[in-house]
Amino acid sequence: MSRPEFQAPPEIFYNESEARKYTSSSRITEIQAKLSERALELLALPDDDVPRLLLDIGCGSGLSGETLSENGHQWIGLDISDSMLNVALEREVEGDLLLSDMGQGLGFRDGVIDGAISISAVQWLCNADRSSHNPRLRLKAFFGSLYRCLARGARAVFQVYPESNDQRELILGFAMRAGFAGGVVVDFPHSSKSRKEYLVLTCGAPSLSTAVPSGKEGDEEESCSEDEGSDDEENKTVSMADRQRPKKRQKINKKGKSREWVLKKKEQMRKKGNVVKKKMTTVPGSLIWEIIKRNNAFLVKEFGNG
Amino acid sequence: MRLLTHNMLSCNIKGVTNGFPLGLEIVKHEVKEVEFNSDFIRNMFVKIEWKALVDAAKSMGYEELPEEVDSSMLESDEFLKRFHHALLELHLEEGALVCPETGRKFPVVKGIPNMLLNEDEV
Repeated sequence: MSRPEFQAPPEIFYNESEARKYTSSSRITEIQAKLSERALELLALPDDDVPRLLLDIGCGSGLSGETLSENGHQWIGLDISDSMLNVALEREVEGDLLLSDMGQGLGFRDGVIDGAISISAVQWLCNADRSSHNPRLRLKAFFGSLYRCLARGARAVFQVYPESNDQRELILGFAMRAGFAGGVVVDFPHSSKSRKEYLVLTCGAPSLSTAVPSGKEGDEEESCSEDEGSDDEENKTVSMADRQRPKKRQKINKKGKSREWVLKKKEQMRKKGNVVKKKMTTVPGSLIWEIIKRNNAFLVKEFGNG
Repeated sequence: MRLLTHNMLSCNIKGVTNGFPLGLEIVKHEVKEVEFNSDFIRNMFVKIEWKALVDAAKSMGYEELPEEVDSSMLESDEFLKRFHHALLELHLEEGALVCPETGRKFPVVKGIPNMLLNEDEV
């Protein structure tokens, strides 16, 4: 089956029947729950049992939001498909719902949101579903507005299915340009079926705490909350190059030739039988001047002491 | 839509510099009980634009919130309960949100605001 992004724009693809199908499939609900559980884990909220205000971008019928509610958090869900949102209403989800297009930017005040998750939604931004759509502008509007509404140090975790490497780079590039630090976490990289990618973005300057967590390996059967084996031998994390590039290595300027070098050269010359100037005698503490006449002008050459 | 969300939303039409707070046109509002969690309420306190919340709550007929607040009031359970009620239990079901600058209306149907912008507003 081809990817849903190729078939129709999201608000049309997820129509009444597709929305119902999506939510009534026990397989999809289970996968969604797992993905959201993992996304929440990657959000790395402080472990103090205080409920946070989170965003669920592309919340659909509220499957991922349910996971947030189960963990005690308050959330606001956005989706562009009103059929999906209607199903969410029927399921009486606890979060608030907004009919909104993430590509138009998020209309929230600055710095009020404690974290954002998004399950299988961001790749839709790379499509131009209307003549007025420019994926680049839409990505820019999305990440820019997201960066503004997140609190300092807050994270955003997006589970994505990028269609190609270029698409992944495109999404990441715009996230970095908006000011985010972070990278991609790949779970089960060797499995074609259960391989999952998460974009883990941190709002604010990169620091120790913003290091990208490592992905999961092994069988998918493991529950999401289980500890991830973090072997350094095989790096499962595809991390972005540091936003702060290392400074260009500066050329090391030798401060003239050293005394030792001059003496060594003189010795070599003497051995060859050349005439070598004797050591200049100077008064300690003062400089030596040499006046040269060249083209009717006087040049003053200054020598160092010794 | 709860007043919590209303307090976070701002109009993002292109060119609008001050899209907060969105005006409320209320056709129908509801009160739904939500479990009280004082930690969440305390945490949210710093993020809330108080005046907008007071005005919004008033427009739904809830006038128990004080006009002026400071963080010392978070000690009082009485105050937290009222804050909680205004923030999480008052829902706008039918009506509209109105951009303070342009007057553009975002219709609210079945509690879901339609924040989709027209192409010329992006």
